Amino acid sequence: MTSFSNLYKPYLLRIERITEEAPGVRTFRLAFTDQQEKERFHFKAGQFGEYSVFGEGECTFCIASSPTRSDYIECTFRQMGRVTSALMNLEEGDTIGFRGPYGNVFPLEAWQGKSLLFIAGGIALPPMRCVIWNALDWRDRFKNITILYGARTVSDLVYKHELQEWQTRPDVNVVTTVDPGGETPDWKGKVGFVPTVLEKMAPSADNTIAIVCGPPVMIKFTFPVLTQLGFEPDKIYTTLENRMKCGVGKCGRCNVGKLYVCKDGPVFTYAQLKEMPAEY
Amino acid sequence: MEALQKSAREALENHKAKVIIGYSEGSGGRMRPIFVQSPAEAEKLTWNDRCTQNLAVYIAKPEVQKLGKPALVAPLPVLRAVLQLASENQIKEGDLLVLALSDGRVTELSQFSEMEEFVAKTPTHLASKDQEAIERLEKMTPQERWQYWQSELTRCFKCYACRAACPMCYCSRCTVECNQPQWIPVPAHPLGNWEWHLMRAMHLAGRCVSCGACGDACPLDIPIHLLTMKVEADIHREFGSQAGMKVQSEHALSSFKVQDKENFII
Amino acid sequence: MQKRSIRRAQINVLLEKLLSLHQVIYAPQKLGNQVDFAPLRDLQDLTLDHIQTVRSAKAALFPPVEELLRYQRAGVETELQDRDLTNLAEQVLFGTRPCDAAAIAPLSAVFTTDDQDAIFARRLERTTVISVSCERSDGDCFCTSVGVGPGDSRGSDLLLTRLQDDEYLAEILTAKGEALLQLAPELFGPEPAESKEAHLAKVQKRFDWEALHDKLAGAFDHPFWLRTALACLGCGACAYVCPVCSCFDIQDEGSQKKGRRLRSWDSCGLALFTLHASGHNPRSIQSQRWRQRMMHKFSYMPDQLQQLGCVGCGRCSRACPADMNLIEQVENFLFA
Repeated sequence: MTSFSNLYKPYLLRIERITEEAPGVRTFRLAFTDQQEKERFHFKAGQFGEYSVFGEGECTFCIASSPTRSDYIECTFRQMGRVTSALMNLEEGDTIGFRGPYGNVFPLEAWQGKSLLFIAGGIALPPMRCVIWNALDWRDRFKNITILYGARTVSDLVYKHELQEWQTRPDVNVVTTVDPGGETPDWKGKVGFVPTVLEKMAPSADNTIAIVCGPPVMIKFTFPVLTQLGFEPDKIYTTLENRMKCGVGKCGRCNVGKLYVCKDGPVFTYAQLKEMPAEY
Repeated sequence: MEALQKSAREALENHKAKVIIGYSEGSGGRMRPIFVQSPAEAEKLTWNDRCTQNLAVYIAKPEVQKLGKPALVAPLPVLRAVLQLASENQIKEGDLLVLALSDGRVTELSQFSEMEEFVAKTPTHLASKDQEAIERLEKMTPQERWQYWQSELTRCFKCYACRAACPMCYCSRCTVECNQPQWIPVPAHPLGNWEWHLMRAMHLAGRCVSCGACGDACPLDIPIHLLTMKVEADIHREFGSQAGMKVQSEHALSSFKVQDKENFII
Repeated sequence: MQKRSIRRAQINVLLEKLLSLHQVIYAPQKLGNQVDFAPLRDLQDLTLDHIQTVRSAKAALFPPVEELLRYQRAGVETELQDRDLTNLAEQVLFGTRPCDAAAIAPLSAVFTTDDQDAIFARRLERTTVISVSCERSDGDCFCTSVGVGPGDSRGSDLLLTRLQDDEYLAEILTAKGEALLQLAPELFGPEPAESKEAHLAKVQKRFDWEALHDKLAGAFDHPFWLRTALACLGCGACAYVCPVCSCFDIQDEGSQKKGRRLRSWDSCGLALFTLHASGHNPRSIQSQRWRQRMMHKFSYMPDQLQQLGCVGCGRCSRACPADMNLIEQVENFLFA
C-alpha cells in the first residue's frame, strides 16, 4: 500500500502579534505550534499560502515576511469576504490553519549585482515586503534599491513603521505617494498616481530589475512607463492574484490560459504576461 | 411555422428587432434556442411541443443584450415570464418585442398592455402530466411525500441547471452564493440539496410562471418543477394572484392585507 | 493480457461473489426513465441494455462531496483530524463503457501529477474496473474522434465484449483483472474463436482532435466564442456529467468550534467560479467560461498533462438544457 499524506491538511499556526496597518488591514505574525513542522518548513520570496479560519474556510495570501527571518511567517490581509472577516475577529494567541508554501518565487539569487526598483500600490505592498526585507537582509548583494509606494489616501498606506524605517536608511531610496485628494495637511510625500510619479522619477533601467505589485489598473499604466524608461519586459516582474482554492493545481480555478497561477505563478514577468491571455 | 418565420423576418426587415430569440431543431431530437440576426436565417425558426426552454431567460444575458433589441418567440409561459419580469422592474416597456404563439397563430406584441390582454384570454392550466403528478403527490401521506422528495432530492448534484433555465432566477448573486452568513450549504449532500430546492421554491412562490423549464433542464430528471408549480397553485388559490398575468400586480408574499387568510399558520 | 470467455449468467455469479465479499459495486441501473450508475444492491436492477448512463462513473473516484478533514477547537487550541483512508471500501465499477474507463487516466493526471491527492489515489488503488464494450452508439457519441474506441481496453482491469446472445469475450488486462479471474476461475471459459471487432459499435469519426488542439492554441481571442456561447445558460450540467471534469470547491461546514472541511464539485461554467473578493471577475461573461471549458479539455490539458480532457462519451451534449452539442461546437469552430 502506498503511503499518502493529506494535501489539504493545514499546519496550525499561532497568532503571535497583530498589527493594525490601515483601516480594515491587519498583519499577523504567526508561529508554528509544532516544532518539527517549523524546522521542516522553508519558503522563498514570492510564495503564498492558504490561510484558514476553521468553520469559515480558506483564503489565499502571499507570505509577507522574509525567508531570512525564519522564526515566524507574516501575512497581511484586508477584510473583504467571509474568511478575512473571521480573521479580523481573531486575537493574539488564537490558532489558524496554513497550507503552503505554494507557487514559484522571485529569483533573488539571479538578481545579484543588479539594482532593484520596487513599485507597489495599496494593499499590494505585502507580496513585495517579503522581497524587500529579503533584499535588505542581503543588502550587499544588490546595487541601488528604490521603493515607490502609493496608496489612495495616507491612511491606506500599510507598513507605516517600516516605511519610516526604510526612509531613514541611507542605502534605500523610498518615495511614497497618495492619490490626489488623499493627502493630509502634514503629508510630506508626493501627491499623484503611481505611474505619473514613476514617470517623473525616471529611474534608470540600466542593470535594474523592476518589481511591480498593485491593483490591475495601476499595473496596466505602470508597464508602459517602465517600457518607455527602457526596462525590457523580462526585467519587469509582478505577481498575479487569481481566485484559488487548492493552491496545488487541481481545483481548476486559477487558470490564466494554460498556466495555473498557483503552480506556474504567482510570479510572472511582463514578457510572460504579454504571451498570456489577459485572464486575471 | 411559416407564419412564425414570416413574422420574424418582417420584424428584422422592418428594424423592429435586432435579434429573434427562438427555437430551432437541435441535435438528437432536442430543441435548441437560436438567435436569428438576419432575415435569411428566419427559416430555421420552428415551434413544437418539444420547445420546453423558457427563452425569457436570455433577456438578462449581457452577450444577448449586446445584440440589440430582441423579439422573443413566445409560447404562453415565455410571455408570462416577460410580464412577471416587467412587474419586478427587470424590463421596461419597449425593451423587447414578443411574437406570441397560440393555436398556430403568431401575434406581434410590443406593449405590455397588449401582452396582458393576450395572456388574459389564454388558458393557463398546467400540462396534464404535471397536474396529475401534483395530484398524486397531494394524495400522499406526509410521510410518503417526505420519502418521495427525500429520494428525488438526494440525487441532485447541484449543477444549478434548474436555476440557469429559470427566467425568474435572475439574481446576479443567488442565496446559495451568499456566504456571510452561509445560508445554504454549498455541497450537494442531502441537507444541502433540501435546503437549496426548498429555498428556491419559496423564492419563486408567487413568481413562478409554471413553465416547467427547471424540471426539463435537470440532467437527472428530478421533477423539481412540481415543487414550484404546487406552491404557485396554492398561492393562486389562497391569495387569488397569479404570476405573469399583469405588470402592475401585488406579489402575494411581499404584500400584507388585513383580510389575508392565515390558515397556513399552524 | 489473456483472453477468456464468460456467459451472461456467470457474470452475475461473479458480481454476487463480489457483493458477498462486501465490495461496493457501482453499476448501471434503471432509475425512472434514465439509466445511471448507483451502488448495486440487487442484481435484478442491473442493466446493460443502454448506450450511455446519464452520469459518468467519476463519482466513485471523485465523489460530489468528500470530507477532507475534521477540526475541533477548545479555547485557543485547535485539533485537526485527518481523513482515515484505511477504511475506504474496495469497490468495483461494473458496466463502465470504454470511454469511462479511458477517462480515468486524465482524471488521475489532474489528481496525481506533482502533488499527489491522497484520497483520490487511495480510492483508485482500491477500485477494480470491469467495462463492457459498446455494441451500439448514438449521434452524441464521438469517442473515435478523441482517440478512444468502443472496444478500447485502456483503464479497464477486465473488459467484456458481447459476442453472441449471452457469450462475452473477457479480456483480463491487469493484475486486478487477474485477481477477478482467480476469485472464480470456474466462471470463465476458454478464449473464444471470434475476435471482438465485428461486435463493436461503429462510431463515426467526426473531427480530428489534433487539428482542434492546434487551432485552439491561437484562438483565445477568436470572435467564435462570443457567437457560439449565446445559448449557454451557465449551469454546471456538462461538467457534472463529464467523466473528466474535476474542478472543485473547498468549504467548511459546522461552527468555528467544530466541523469538517469538505471538497465538492464545482464548474468553470458557473459565473462565480473565478470571482475575486474585490468583485473583479477575470471571466465576467459566459462566452469566456465556455471558452475555458473547451480550451481546458482540448488545449491546456494536452499541453500540461499530456492527456486530452475529453473521451467522447457525449454526456455533455445529452445533458445540456440549451443543446450545446459538443460535436457541432467543435465542427463549427474548426470551420470558423
